Amino acid sequence: MGAKALVGVNEKRSGWETFDHIADIGIRGWGSDLSQAFSNGAMAMFSIMVEDLSRVKPEESVDIECDSFDLTGLFVAWLNTLLAQADLHRMVFSRFQIEIDQETISLKGEAAGQIWSEIDQPRGIEVKGATFSQADVRQIDGIWMVQCILDV
Amino acid sequence: MDIRRLKRISESCWELPPSGAMRVPAYIFACRELLQEMDDKVVEQLSNVASLPGIVKGAMAMPDAHWGYGFPIGGVAAFDPLEGGVISVGGVGYDISCGVRSLVLNISRDEIEGQISALIDALFRAIPAGVGSEGAIRLNRDELDQVLIHGARWAVEKGYGTKEDLRFIEENGCMPGADPEKVSIVAKDRQYRQVGTLGSGNHYLEIQYVETLFDREAARAYGLEQDGVLISIHCGSRALGHQIGTDYIQILGKAARRYNIPIRERELVCAPIESPEGRDYFAAMACGINCALANRQVLGALVRDVVESFLPGVSCRLIYDVSHNTCKPEIHSVGGRERLLYVHRKGATRAFGPGRRDLPHEYVEAGQPLFIGGTMGTCSYILAGNQEGERLAWASACHGAGRSMSRRAALSKWKGKRVIGDLKGKGIIVKAASMRGAAEEAPEAYKDIEAVVESTHKAGLARKVARVRPLAVIKG
Repeated sequence: MGAKALVGVNEKRSGWETFDHIADIGIRGWGSDLSQAFSNGAMAMFSIMVEDLSRVKPEESVDIECDSFDLTGLFVAWLNTLLAQADLHRMVFSRFQIEIDQETISLKGEAAGQIWSEIDQPRGIEVKGATFSQADVRQIDGIWMVQCILDV
Repeated sequence: MDIRRLKRISESCWELPPSGAMRVPAYIFACRELLQEMDDKVVEQLSNVASLPGIVKGAMAMPDAHWGYGFPIGGVAAFDPLEGGVISVGGVGYDISCGVRSLVLNISRDEIEGQISALIDALFRAIPAGVGSEGAIRLNRDELDQVLIHGARWAVEKGYGTKEDLRFIEENGCMPGADPEKVSIVAKDRQYRQVGTLGSGNHYLEIQYVETLFDREAARAYGLEQDGVLISIHCGSRALGHQIGTDYIQILGKAARRYNIPIRERELVCAPIESPEGRDYFAAMACGINCALANRQVLGALVRDVVESFLPGVSCRLIYDVSHNTCKPEIHSVGGRERLLYVHRKGATRAFGPGRRDLPHEYVEAGQPLFIGGTMGTCSYILAGNQEGERLAWASACHGAGRSMSRRAALSKWKGKRVIGDLKGKGIIVKAASMRGAAEEAPEAYKDIEAVVESTHKAGLARKVARVRPLAVIKG
């Protein structure tokens, strides 16, 4: 993670952004707790699929559950679980409500959004999957930051 | 890249001698200019691959190599199962069996000049493309299992294309060893509506014409003529392949620990080929290959239907179907002895040379055709495999141009509409499912394919047969 990212993280206590990668796209989320950072990371990911994610209404929700062997693995698993559920339900997600258990390295919650046929705006591009490349979960000055590269 | 660590062993091949944990050298096939532009991460990832158990001869990178996931994109490595050789998720990549299929029409560019626009419109209506799109085919679980076992053969049996097509697909359209039981329910659930869809990102369908012929004999064997028209499709195994990769990163991650294989990068996780986990991944990956072969067979048949109803009397013959993200068991000669090796090609195209018995008899003299995708504004290449390439890099060659500019940078520099407008000015019609996608795929965001192909040709990995230029493009 570069110095630029640290500046971004400190400027605002909660947020998300995409970052450069030669062939694909990096996404980063941060927040005052891990759940908020994970949710923001997911916002960054779904922002790639539509022109304006803020116009995707949280009309329908889907239960999400996953676990992994460490927090970085959990973040990648979270994104890939969301992609699978979005695919299965023909949806784009824009709101997330999750609880993370750091003891068992698992998370539970729900993702809400709209189905593709009701999304009336230009489409972005498909995200094939979240990868472990540049994947990271860490706490910086009390703020959680999560990131990874998406294969698009 | 700092090239001082590398030893130049021929005009287009550089060696990194083994050091530290490396069991074999690393080889990069490229001219000096391409090598200098390459990311240092390519060398780092190649030395990680060279450190894996059972690797034979060397870890190799093609001229279009760049930083990838575990393996570099453009990475090739062969492993011997009898010497503890491994199979790795990173050596295949997430979009299992992503590849290119090209069909040749028996008509010339001049003869369809005024009809290109209407033809690409008709194809755009018939081929589902872009994020959130669905195919016309709906499968249940049993039917999908048949797709995963039989690949393109399943598609032909369902009426998509002909039996004759199968001879012109790697593995005759069906990768052996596929076991749907080794593929997760989630992976299958994601695929029910995606068979026969193009996808998005760098996936495309192009109407092209033959601009230059370099090797007339091979061109004749492939059915290529000056100004002849082709339709090429670039896509892969869609969500299923990706989910298999995601699932097996976890499974092989645990396996690597169990077998004490040190892993320096998460996506390089692997297991011995002859272990239960290694066999399971192979069986699942073979399902991914079959899914991609079936997908391209369906798309090819949809294209053929449109062409034949649009241009009565015009036929549309499959030249070949290549995959560039695979691991395949193949017989190769090592030190004069034939050995069964598991060859990983991550962003590299198989390039069997003349005489190879796996090729259709029409191509035995010329060698296997390869399709190397360029950009939607420049050109693509058709190459032929060389016998020399079998000795150099397990019969492998490059797969595309590779990006020179990130998607974000391209997006901030260009608007999709403008990219499409500029290409129209050059006589190339672009139909895009996404304006964002069109901007990200701007031709200027890619490296010069000429340099990549020239290095491939000079290194002896494959030889130039034809350069084709786009007339019209569908971008997912």
